[in-house]
Amino acid sequence: MSLTKNENYVLELYVTGMTARSTRAILNITKLLNEHLPGRYELEVIDLFQQPSLEKSEQIIVTPTLIKKLPLPIRKFVGDMSDAEQIIVGLDLKPKAPE
Amino acid sequence: MPKVKAKRTLTKQSRIKKVLTGIQGLDEITEGGLPQGRPTLVCGSAGCGKTLLSMEFLVNGARDYDEPGVFIAFEEKEEELAENMESLGFNLKELEKKKKLAIDYILIERGEVEETGEYDLGGLFIRIEYAVRQVGARRIVIDSIETLFSGLQNENILRAELRRLFRWLKDKGLTAMITAEPGQGTLTRHGIEEYVADCVILLDHRVTEQTSTRRMRIIKYRGSVHGANEYPFIISEEGISVLPLTSIGRAYKVSRQHISTGVPRLDAMMDGKGYFRGSSILVTGTAGTGKSSIAMHMADATCRRGENCLYLASDASPDQIVRDAKSIGINLAKWARQGLLRFQSTRPTFSGMEAHLVYIHKTVNEFDPKVLVFDPISSMASTSSTLEVHSMLLRLIDFLKSRGITNLCTNLTTGGKFLEQPEVDISSVMDTWLLLRDVEYSGERTRMLSILKSRGMDHSNQMREFLITSKGVDLIDAYLGSGLVLTGAARTVQEMKEREEALLRAQETKRLEREIERNRKSTEAKINALRIELESREEEVKTLIQHQITNEKILTNDREIMGGMRKADSR
Repeated sequence: MSLTKNENYVLELYVTGMTARSTRAILNITKLLNEHLPGRYELEVIDLFQQPSLEKSEQIIVTPTLIKKLPLPIRKFVGDMSDAEQIIVGLDLKPKAPE
Repeated sequence: MPKVKAKRTLTKQSRIKKVLTGIQGLDEITEGGLPQGRPTLVCGSAGCGKTLLSMEFLVNGARDYDEPGVFIAFEEKEEELAENMESLGFNLKELEKKKKLAIDYILIERGEVEETGEYDLGGLFIRIEYAVRQVGARRIVIDSIETLFSGLQNENILRAELRRLFRWLKDKGLTAMITAEPGQGTLTRHGIEEYVADCVILLDHRVTEQTSTRRMRIIKYRGSVHGANEYPFIISEEGISVLPLTSIGRAYKVSRQHISTGVPRLDAMMDGKGYFRGSSILVTGTAGTGKSSIAMHMADATCRRGENCLYLASDASPDQIVRDAKSIGINLAKWARQGLLRFQSTRPTFSGMEAHLVYIHKTVNEFDPKVLVFDPISSMASTSSTLEVHSMLLRLIDFLKSRGITNLCTNLTTGGKFLEQPEVDISSVMDTWLLLRDVEYSGERTRMLSILKSRGMDHSNQMREFLITSKGVDLIDAYLGSGLVLTGAARTVQEMKEREEALLRAQETKRLEREIERNRKSTEAKINALRIELESREEEVKTLIQHQITNEKILTNDREIMGGMRKADSR
């Protein structure tokens, strides 16, 4: 945790309804964020069913989709966020191996 | 034990419902359009017209059938689509404004997304549903769904989701068109024909001998009959036109009215009145036999009646035709100026034959000619295979006949073939067939005309010599004496010879008459002489007889005297 130490993470998670998959995704990601970025993230969960017009700008066709808006660059993840390792690497949360 | 099969009742429950696409020709070959509330797969490689076909399907639906549509674009942005379609006369923006059409561009980022666990296409569903709800869509196009495969890696999920999508479309009762590109030996790259299998349309764009033709084929249509052939189609300023050969029935009314050929003697050969109105006339002949002259006369005669004439000239420019016509005393320029005569001189090789045909259709619809002259149709033969030319001409002729437009086609025959076999063999559909031929005789070429056939009329079977003079075409009787057919100078020579012979014959008769007279006279003289001789002989004999009688008398007297002297007792 070197470079990203002081930066806040802004994340959006898009889901379609409170399905089992959506719930799983929400649980997985909050757990992961609480572990690695305690108090340093904003996660907005957006249910596309409620705001269908919003998706147009974000081009969300696959759900669940997680978008890391900040810090740049923007990254996208799809799936139920079950592969924690991949997300940690993708979000650049893990310091590089000490060797 | 023999199995008794349950008799299957063949009664169709209800015929499959269809929606009209409004695309010229497509509704004919699908016998009423696409299956209602079902997805249709349109496949074909890049640039063969998938997007256009599907957009036209939507636009027509929105504009003409009160069926709003949604276009889900994976490949082109809304603006690009709108611009592209604008050039084809579709105003997408206006339809969007009227809430009759919704276009949604969905960007698929390739390889920028990390997949962590299971997902679905929930976003896509919502988006499609949103668009559908926005306009109350009855039709939908997804162009092209397979782009998804390039953005997402988990094919299993994708396949399951696509299956769900198509089921969802069906549940919504949306008539859908799904486009896809063909893969190696399969209809689509990712085999989605497995899920969309109610109707499959294959588009094809191929180039043969530098001329491109687009073709369409209905591969399958569940629960419906459909045309199984490959149908050519073209993309013009007015969108797609499919040209089914059989789209025009042959149940048109025929006219009993005659129209002049423009050549009085030719009229005379055909029941004295000329061609039938609305009939097809074929004029064949080798180069320079006067086919065009007949065509020009026809055009002239049409305009003289105040009717429109469309002159399709693929071998010469309008100006040249006007000049050539003038040389035989026909003033076509006048008619062109008055707007009665219109020339169209493009070579079919320029735009491809199908486009050419559509162009002709369009001109005919707009100009509404009563007579169409096509000079020569053999120029078509240079563009594509004979079969194609044949089918195109059949379609053209059917089209013209159904409109009651009299059409005259000239056709070049080349040497080495039978004269009766023109380059493009369409004689069977033609009603009247004029054959022009060259006759070479004693160092001179002359032209002959004969009517090979002329349906429904009493026509002359005689050959006529065909003269092209500065006052137009004239037909004169060929020399038909002594088992010979002669034309040109040979005819004149023969006629002179005839006259000479006739004179000689007359002289001979006179001579013979005189001889007989002489004979009679001499014979009569002989008879006279003989009679005189006979008469003198008679005289002589009579004298002799007299002598003898006298002698006898004398003798008898003498005997009596003697007996008296001898005292004969005989008495």
